[in-house]
Amino acid sequence: MNIAAPADTAVQTDWPDAIYRTLKAHGVAQISYVPDAGHSRLIELSHADPAIATTVLTTEEEGVALSAGAWLGGDRAALLMQSSGVGNCVNMLSLLASCRFPFLTLVTMRGEWAEFNPWQIPMGKATAQAFEIMGVTVFRLEQPEDAEEVVSAACSLAFESDQPIAILIAQRMLGRKKWTETK
Amino acid sequence: MTKNSLLDRREAVKALLADRGDLLVVTGLGSSSYDAFDAGDHAGNFYLWGAMGGAGVMGLGLAQAQPKRPVLVITGDGEQLMGIGGLLTIAARKPQNLSIAVLDNGHFGETGMQRSHSGLGAKLDAIARGAGIPSVVEITDMAGVAAFRSEVHRIGNGPKLALIRISTDHVDRALPPRDGVFLKNRFRQHLGLAVS
Repeated sequence: MNIAAPADTAVQTDWPDAIYRTLKAHGVAQISYVPDAGHSRLIELSHADPAIATTVLTTEEEGVALSAGAWLGGDRAALLMQSSGVGNCVNMLSLLASCRFPFLTLVTMRGEWAEFNPWQIPMGKATAQAFEIMGVTVFRLEQPEDAEEVVSAACSLAFESDQPIAILIAQRMLGRKKWTETK
Repeated sequence: MTKNSLLDRREAVKALLADRGDLLVVTGLGSSSYDAFDAGDHAGNFYLWGAMGGAGVMGLGLAQAQPKRPVLVITGDGEQLMGIGGLLTIAARKPQNLSIAVLDNGHFGETGMQRSHSGLGAKLDAIARGAGIPSVVEITDMAGVAAFRSEVHRIGNGPKLALIRISTDHVDRALPPRDGVFLKNRFRQHLGLAVS
Protein backbone atom coordinates (compact mmCIF):
# COMPACT_ATOMS: atom_id res chain seq x y z
CA MET A 1 0.00 0.00 0.00
CA ASN A 2 1.33 3.38 -0.90
CA ILE A 3 -0.18 6.42 0.76
CA ALA A 4 0.55 9.57 -1.14
CA ALA A 5 1.97 12.27 1.11
CA PRO A 6 1.30 15.95 0.56
CA ALA A 7 4.38 17.27 -1.24
CA ASP A 8 3.73 20.91 -2.04
CA THR A 9 6.97 22.03 -0.46
CA ALA A 10 9.90 20.43 1.27
CA VAL A 11 8.95 22.10 4.55
CA GLN A 12 5.52 20.51 4.52
CA THR A 13 6.96 17.03 4.52
CA ASP A 14 9.38 17.83 7.35
CA TRP A 15 7.06 18.89 10.13
CA PRO A 16 5.85 15.40 11.12
CA ASP A 17 9.49 14.43 11.56
CA ALA A 18 10.02 17.49 13.74
CA ILE A 19 7.00 16.51 15.86
CA TYR A 20 8.30 12.97 16.14
CA ARG A 21 11.77 14.11 17.22
CA THR A 22 10.28 16.48 19.79
CA LEU A 23 7.97 13.84 21.26
CA LYS A 24 10.97 11.51 21.53
CA ALA A 25 13.05 14.21 23.19
CA HIS A 26 10.30 14.59 25.79
CA GLY A 27 10.23 10.86 26.48
CA VAL A 28 6.90 9.97 24.89
CA ALA A 29 6.73 6.16 24.97
CA GLN A 30 3.13 5.54 23.85
CA ILE A 31 1.29 6.96 20.86
CA SER A 32 -2.31 6.11 20.05
CA TYR A 33 -4.27 7.27 17.07
CA VAL A 34 -7.35 7.27 14.94
CA PRO A 35 -5.77 7.66 11.52
CA ASP A 36 -5.83 10.81 9.47
CA ALA A 37 -4.03 11.54 6.22
CA GLY A 38 -2.38 14.55 7.85
CA HIS A 39 -0.91 12.29 10.53
CA SER A 40 0.13 9.46 8.20
CA ARG A 41 3.87 10.23 8.29
CA LEU A 42 3.94 10.56 12.08
CA ILE A 43 1.98 7.31 12.45
CA GLU A 44 4.50 5.61 10.17
CA LEU A 45 7.43 6.91 12.22
CA SER A 46 5.74 5.82 15.43
CA HIS A 47 5.06 2.28 14.21
CA ALA A 48 8.66 1.98 12.99
CA ASP A 49 10.01 2.86 16.45
CA PRO A 50 10.20 -0.14 18.79
CA ALA A 51 10.58 2.21 21.76
CA ILE A 52 7.08 3.60 21.19
CA ALA A 53 4.03 1.43 21.88
CA THR A 54 1.79 2.46 19.00
CA THR A 55 -1.91 1.74 19.35
CA VAL A 56 -4.60 2.08 16.71
CA LEU A 57 -7.97 2.97 18.28
CA THR A 58 -11.53 2.33 17.20
CA THR A 59 -12.64 5.73 18.55
CA GLU A 60 -10.82 8.74 19.90
CA GLU A 61 -11.97 8.65 23.53
CA GLU A 62 -10.15 5.35 23.95
CA GLY A 63 -6.96 7.33 23.50
CA VAL A 64 -7.84 9.61 26.42
CA ALA A 65 -8.26 6.64 28.76
CA LEU A 66 -5.19 4.92 27.31
CA SER A 67 -3.04 8.01 27.90
CA ALA A 68 -4.23 8.17 31.51
CA GLY A 69 -3.40 4.49 32.03
CA ALA A 70 0.04 5.03 30.52
CA TRP A 71 0.72 7.85 32.98
CA LEU A 72 -0.44 5.71 35.91
CA GLY A 73 2.24 3.21 34.88
CA GLY A 74 4.96 5.82 34.34
CA ASP A 75 4.75 6.34 30.57
CA ARG A 76 4.23 9.61 28.69
CA ALA A 77 1.68 9.30 25.90
CA ALA A 78 0.35 11.29 22.97
CA LEU A 79 -2.92 10.90 21.06
CA LEU A 80 -3.26 11.68 17.35
CA MET A 81 -6.61 12.38 15.78
CA GLN A 82 -8.56 14.50 13.34
CA SER A 83 -10.82 17.36 14.41
CA SER A 84 -13.93 15.28 13.67
CA GLY A 85 -13.00 12.99 16.57
CA VAL A 86 -12.72 15.64 19.24
CA GLY A 87 -16.42 15.64 20.06
CA ASN A 88 -16.21 11.92 20.76
CA CYS A 89 -13.82 12.62 23.62
CA VAL A 90 -15.84 15.09 25.68
CA ASN A 91 -17.00 12.89 28.56
CA MET A 92 -13.73 10.95 28.71
CA LEU A 93 -11.85 14.25 29.10
CA SER A 94 -13.46 14.52 32.56
CA LEU A 95 -11.06 11.74 33.60
CA LEU A 96 -8.18 14.17 33.07
CA ALA A 97 -9.79 16.95 35.08
CA SER A 98 -10.90 14.66 37.91
CA CYS A 99 -7.45 13.13 38.36
CA ARG A 100 -5.25 15.94 37.01
CA PHE A 101 -3.70 13.62 34.45
CA PRO A 102 -1.17 15.07 32.00
CA PHE A 103 -2.50 14.79 28.46
CA LEU A 104 -1.22 15.67 25.01
CA THR A 105 -3.14 15.38 21.76
CA LEU A 106 -2.24 16.51 18.26
CA VAL A 107 -5.27 17.23 16.11
CA THR A 108 -5.24 17.73 12.36
CA MET A 109 -7.91 20.23 11.42
CA ARG A 110 -10.65 19.80 8.86
CA GLY A 111 -13.50 22.12 8.08
CA GLU A 112 -11.65 25.40 8.53
CA TRP A 113 -9.66 26.16 5.34
CA ALA A 114 -10.35 25.34 1.69
CA GLU A 115 -12.59 22.50 2.87
CA PHE A 116 -14.44 20.63 0.12
CA ASN A 117 -16.64 18.49 2.40
CA PRO A 118 -19.41 20.46 4.13
CA TRP A 119 -19.92 17.64 6.64
CA GLN A 120 -16.52 18.46 8.15
CA ILE A 121 -17.47 22.03 8.95
CA PRO A 122 -19.66 21.78 12.08
CA MET A 123 -17.12 19.80 14.13
CA GLY A 124 -14.24 21.77 12.64
CA LYS A 125 -15.85 24.96 13.89
CA ALA A 126 -16.47 23.49 17.35
CA THR A 127 -13.13 21.72 17.84
CA ALA A 128 -11.39 24.29 20.03
CA GLN A 129 -14.55 24.93 22.07
CA ALA A 130 -15.13 21.21 22.62
CA PHE A 131 -11.71 21.02 24.25
CA GLU A 132 -12.11 24.26 26.14
CA ILE A 133 -15.43 23.38 27.77
CA MET A 134 -13.62 20.42 29.34
CA GLY A 135 -10.67 22.48 30.54
CA VAL A 136 -8.16 21.47 27.87
CA THR A 137 -5.69 24.19 26.84
CA VAL A 138 -5.64 24.66 23.08
CA PHE A 139 -2.56 25.61 21.04
CA ARG A 140 -2.55 26.17 17.31
CA LEU A 141 0.24 25.16 14.98
CA GLU A 142 0.00 27.35 11.89
CA GLN A 143 3.51 27.20 10.43
CA PRO A 144 5.57 24.05 9.80
CA GLU A 145 8.71 25.71 11.11
CA ASP A 146 7.03 26.22 14.52
CA ALA A 147 6.34 22.51 15.01
CA GLU A 148 9.24 21.80 17.33
CA GLU A 149 8.73 24.85 19.51
CA VAL A 150 4.98 24.40 19.90
CA VAL A 151 5.17 20.67 20.57
CA SER A 152 8.01 21.14 23.02
CA ALA A 153 6.11 23.82 24.96
CA ALA A 154 3.03 21.59 24.99
CA CYS A 155 5.05 18.62 26.28
CA SER A 156 6.46 20.68 29.14
CA LEU A 157 3.04 21.97 30.11
CA ALA A 158 1.49 18.53 29.88
CA PHE A 159 4.10 16.33 31.49
CA GLU A 160 5.75 18.73 33.90
CA SER A 161 2.76 20.85 34.89
CA ASP A 162 0.11 18.10 34.73
CA GLN A 163 -1.99 19.94 32.14
CA PRO A 164 -4.27 18.65 29.38
CA ILE A 165 -3.04 20.17 26.11
CA ALA A 166 -4.35 19.97 22.55
CA ILE A 167 -2.38 21.19 19.56
CA LEU A 168 -4.60 21.96 16.58
CA ILE A 169 -2.65 21.67 13.34
CA ALA A 170 -4.09 24.20 10.89
CA GLN A 171 -5.73 22.87 7.77
CA ARG A 172 -3.99 25.64 5.85
CA MET A 173 -0.68 24.14 6.87
CA LEU A 174 -1.77 20.62 5.94
CA GLY A 175 -2.71 21.76 2.47
CA ARG A 176 -5.68 20.91 0.33
CA LYS A 177 -6.80 17.32 0.62
CA LYS A 178 -5.18 15.07 -1.92
CA TRP A 179 -7.07 11.95 -2.75
CA THR A 180 -4.93 9.04 -1.71
CA GLU A 181 -4.64 5.97 -3.88
CA THR A 182 -3.61 2.47 -2.99
CA LYS A 183 -1.57 0.44 -5.43
CA MET B 1 -34.01 -22.62 36.89
CA THR B 2 -30.52 -23.92 36.28
CA LYS B 3 -28.99 -20.47 36.67
CA ASN B 4 -28.83 -20.78 40.45
CA SER B 5 -25.09 -21.23 39.99
CA LEU B 6 -24.78 -17.48 39.39
CA LEU B 7 -21.95 -16.18 41.51
CA ASP B 8 -21.90 -13.67 44.32
CA ARG B 9 -19.96 -10.72 42.89
CA ARG B 10 -18.15 -9.90 46.11
CA GLU B 11 -17.03 -13.47 46.62
CA ALA B 12 -15.87 -13.69 43.00
CA VAL B 13 -13.82 -10.47 43.15
CA LYS B 14 -12.35 -11.42 46.52
CA ALA B 15 -11.16 -14.68 44.97
CA LEU B 16 -9.74 -12.86 41.92
CA LEU B 17 -7.72 -10.59 44.19
CA ALA B 18 -6.55 -13.28 46.62
CA ASP B 19 -2.77 -13.31 47.20
CA ARG B 20 -2.48 -10.48 44.73
CA GLY B 21 1.29 -10.08 44.86
CA ASP B 22 2.40 -7.48 42.33
CA LEU B 23 -0.98 -7.32 40.58
CA LEU B 24 -2.16 -3.88 39.39
CA VAL B 25 -5.90 -3.29 39.14
CA VAL B 26 -8.16 -0.85 37.30
CA THR B 27 -11.87 -1.03 38.10
CA GLY B 28 -14.77 0.20 35.99
CA LEU B 29 -17.34 2.74 37.10
CA GLY B 30 -20.02 1.34 39.40
CA SER B 31 -20.28 -1.81 41.43
CA SER B 32 -16.99 -3.26 40.16
CA SER B 33 -15.16 -0.48 41.99
CA TYR B 34 -17.12 -1.26 45.17
CA ASP B 35 -16.35 -4.97 44.85
CA ALA B 36 -12.60 -4.40 44.54
CA PHE B 37 -12.62 -1.96 47.45
CA ASP B 38 -14.63 -4.40 49.56
CA ALA B 39 -12.03 -7.10 48.85
CA GLY B 40 -9.42 -4.84 50.50
CA ASP B 41 -8.26 -1.37 49.60
CA HIS B 42 -4.82 -1.34 47.98
CA ALA B 43 -2.49 1.32 46.57
CA GLY B 44 -2.28 -0.77 43.39
CA ASN B 45 -6.01 -0.31 42.77
CA PHE B 46 -7.24 2.52 40.57
CA TYR B 47 -10.99 2.94 40.98
CA LEU B 48 -12.82 4.73 38.20
CA TRP B 49 -15.71 6.92 39.32
CA GLY B 50 -16.38 8.09 35.78
CA ALA B 51 -14.85 7.56 32.33
CA MET B 52 -17.57 5.04 31.51
CA GLY B 53 -16.27 2.66 28.86
CA GLY B 54 -12.64 3.52 29.51
CA ALA B 55 -11.52 0.89 32.03
CA GLY B 56 -10.26 -1.67 29.50
CA VAL B 57 -8.16 0.71 27.41
CA MET B 58 -6.89 2.42 30.56
CA GLY B 59 -5.70 -1.03 31.58
CA LEU B 60 -4.00 -1.33 28.18
CA GLY B 61 -2.07 1.92 28.68
CA LEU B 62 -1.00 0.72 32.13
CA ALA B 63 -0.09 -2.76 30.92
CA GLN B 64 2.09 -1.29 28.16
CA ALA B 65 3.85 0.94 30.67
CA GLN B 66 4.39 -1.94 33.14
CA PRO B 67 4.94 -5.00 30.95
CA LYS B 68 6.48 -7.08 33.73
CA ARG B 69 3.54 -6.77 36.09
CA PRO B 70 0.18 -8.44 35.70
CA VAL B 71 -2.64 -5.94 35.14
CA LEU B 72 -6.27 -6.82 35.79
CA VAL B 73 -9.27 -4.76 34.73
CA ILE B 74 -12.41 -5.56 36.71
CA THR B 75 -15.54 -4.14 35.18
CA GLY B 76 -19.22 -4.79 34.54
CA ASP B 77 -21.09 -5.76 31.41
CA GLY B 78 -22.54 -2.26 31.05
CA GLU B 79 -19.18 -0.51 31.35
CA GLN B 80 -17.56 -2.88 28.86
CA LEU B 81 -20.48 -2.49 26.46
CA MET B 82 -19.97 1.27 26.37
CA GLY B 83 -16.33 0.73 25.42
CA ILE B 84 -16.87 -2.38 23.32
CA GLY B 85 -14.54 -1.16 20.57
CA GLY B 86 -11.77 -1.15 23.16
CA LEU B 87 -11.72 -4.95 23.00
CA LEU B 88 -10.56 -4.67 19.37
CA THR B 89 -7.95 -2.10 20.33
CA ILE B 90 -6.63 -4.32 23.14
CA ALA B 91 -6.61 -7.42 20.95
CA ALA B 92 -4.66 -5.58 18.24
CA ARG B 93 -1.89 -4.75 20.73
CA LYS B 94 -1.69 -8.26 22.29
CA PRO B 95 -0.53 -7.15 25.76
CA GLN B 96 0.76 -10.33 27.40
CA ASN B 97 0.18 -9.05 30.93
CA LEU B 98 -3.39 -7.73 30.63
CA SER B 99 -6.51 -9.55 31.78
CA ILE B 100 -10.09 -8.33 31.87
CA ALA B 101 -12.76 -9.72 34.18
CA VAL B 102 -16.25 -8.72 33.07
CA LEU B 103 -18.74 -9.18 35.90
CA ASP B 104 -21.85 -9.88 33.88
CA ASN B 105 -25.28 -9.81 35.50
CA GLY B 106 -27.04 -8.82 32.29
CA HIS B 107 -28.22 -5.56 33.85
CA PHE B 108 -27.28 -1.94 34.41
CA GLY B 109 -27.09 -2.31 38.15
CA GLU B 110 -26.25 1.28 39.07
CA THR B 111 -29.11 2.89 37.23
CA GLY B 112 -32.17 0.90 38.17
CA MET B 113 -31.46 -2.63 36.96
CA GLN B 114 -32.53 -2.14 33.38
CA ARG B 115 -31.58 -5.12 31.25
CA SER B 116 -28.32 -4.66 29.35
CA HIS B 117 -27.55 -5.89 25.85
CA SER B 118 -25.93 -8.86 27.51
CA GLY B 119 -29.19 -9.57 29.33
CA LEU B 120 -30.98 -9.18 26.00
CA GLY B 121 -28.92 -11.83 24.28
CA ALA B 122 -25.53 -10.36 23.32
CA LYS B 123 -22.66 -12.75 23.99
CA LEU B 124 -19.73 -10.72 25.27
CA ASP B 125 -17.44 -13.74 25.23
CA ALA B 126 -18.18 -14.34 21.56
CA ILE B 127 -17.64 -10.64 20.85
CA ALA B 128 -14.29 -10.74 22.69
CA ARG B 129 -13.24 -13.78 20.64
CA GLY B 130 -14.37 -12.07 17.48
CA ALA B 131 -12.39 -8.99 18.45
CA GLY B 132 -9.28 -11.15 18.49
CA ILE B 133 -8.75 -11.69 22.22
CA PRO B 134 -6.84 -15.00 22.21
CA SER B 135 -7.92 -16.31 25.60
CA VAL B 136 -11.60 -16.03 26.53
CA VAL B 137 -13.48 -18.01 29.16
CA GLU B 138 -16.99 -17.96 30.52
CA ILE B 139 -17.06 -18.60 34.25
CA THR B 140 -20.04 -19.84 36.23
CA ASP B 141 -18.47 -21.28 39.35
CA MET B 142 -15.81 -20.44 41.92
CA ALA B 143 -13.44 -23.10 40.59
CA GLY B 144 -13.47 -21.17 37.33
CA VAL B 145 -12.70 -17.95 39.17
CA ALA B 146 -9.74 -19.56 40.94
CA ALA B 147 -8.41 -20.90 37.65
CA PHE B 148 -8.70 -17.46 36.03
CA ARG B 149 -6.94 -15.88 39.00
CA SER B 150 -3.92 -18.08 38.26
CA GLU B 151 -4.06 -17.11 34.59
CA VAL B 152 -4.10 -13.42 35.52
CA HIS B 153 -0.77 -13.84 37.31
CA ARG B 154 0.82 -15.81 34.47
CA ILE B 155 2.30 -13.39 31.94
CA GLY B 156 1.86 -14.76 28.44
CA ASN B 157 -0.93 -15.87 26.13
CA GLY B 158 -2.56 -12.48 26.66
CA PRO B 159 -4.72 -10.58 26.57
CA LYS B 160 -7.21 -12.67 28.51
CA LEU B 161 -10.87 -12.05 29.18
CA ALA B 162 -13.21 -13.81 31.57
CA LEU B 163 -16.93 -13.36 31.45
CA ILE B 164 -18.02 -14.05 35.01
CA ARG B 165 -21.72 -14.74 35.41
CA ILE B 166 -22.81 -13.02 38.61
CA SER B 167 -26.17 -12.75 40.29
CA THR B 168 -28.21 -9.57 40.49
CA ASP B 169 -28.64 -10.03 44.23
CA HIS B 170 -28.25 -6.87 46.28
CA VAL B 171 -24.93 -6.24 47.98
CA ASP B 172 -24.18 -3.38 50.37
CA ARG B 173 -22.34 -0.40 48.95
CA ALA B 174 -18.66 -0.20 49.83
CA LEU B 175 -17.39 3.12 48.60
CA PRO B 176 -13.71 3.59 47.71
CA PRO B 177 -12.04 7.01 47.83
CA ARG B 178 -13.38 9.37 45.16
CA ASP B 179 -10.51 11.84 44.96
CA GLY B 180 -8.93 11.08 41.60
CA VAL B 181 -5.72 12.98 42.28
CA PHE B 182 -5.23 11.01 45.50
CA LEU B 183 -5.86 7.70 43.74
CA LYS B 184 -3.48 8.60 40.91
CA ASN B 185 -0.68 9.73 43.21
CA ARG B 186 -1.11 6.77 45.52
CA PHE B 187 -0.92 4.40 42.57
CA ARG B 188 2.22 6.03 41.13
CA GLN B 189 3.85 6.08 44.54
CA HIS B 190 3.12 2.38 44.84
CA LEU B 191 5.10 1.88 41.62
CA GLY B 192 7.95 4.04 42.87
CA LEU B 193 7.20 6.79 40.34
CA ALA B 194 7.64 10.50 40.96
CA VAL B 195 4.62 12.25 42.40
CA SER B 196 4.85 15.88 41.45
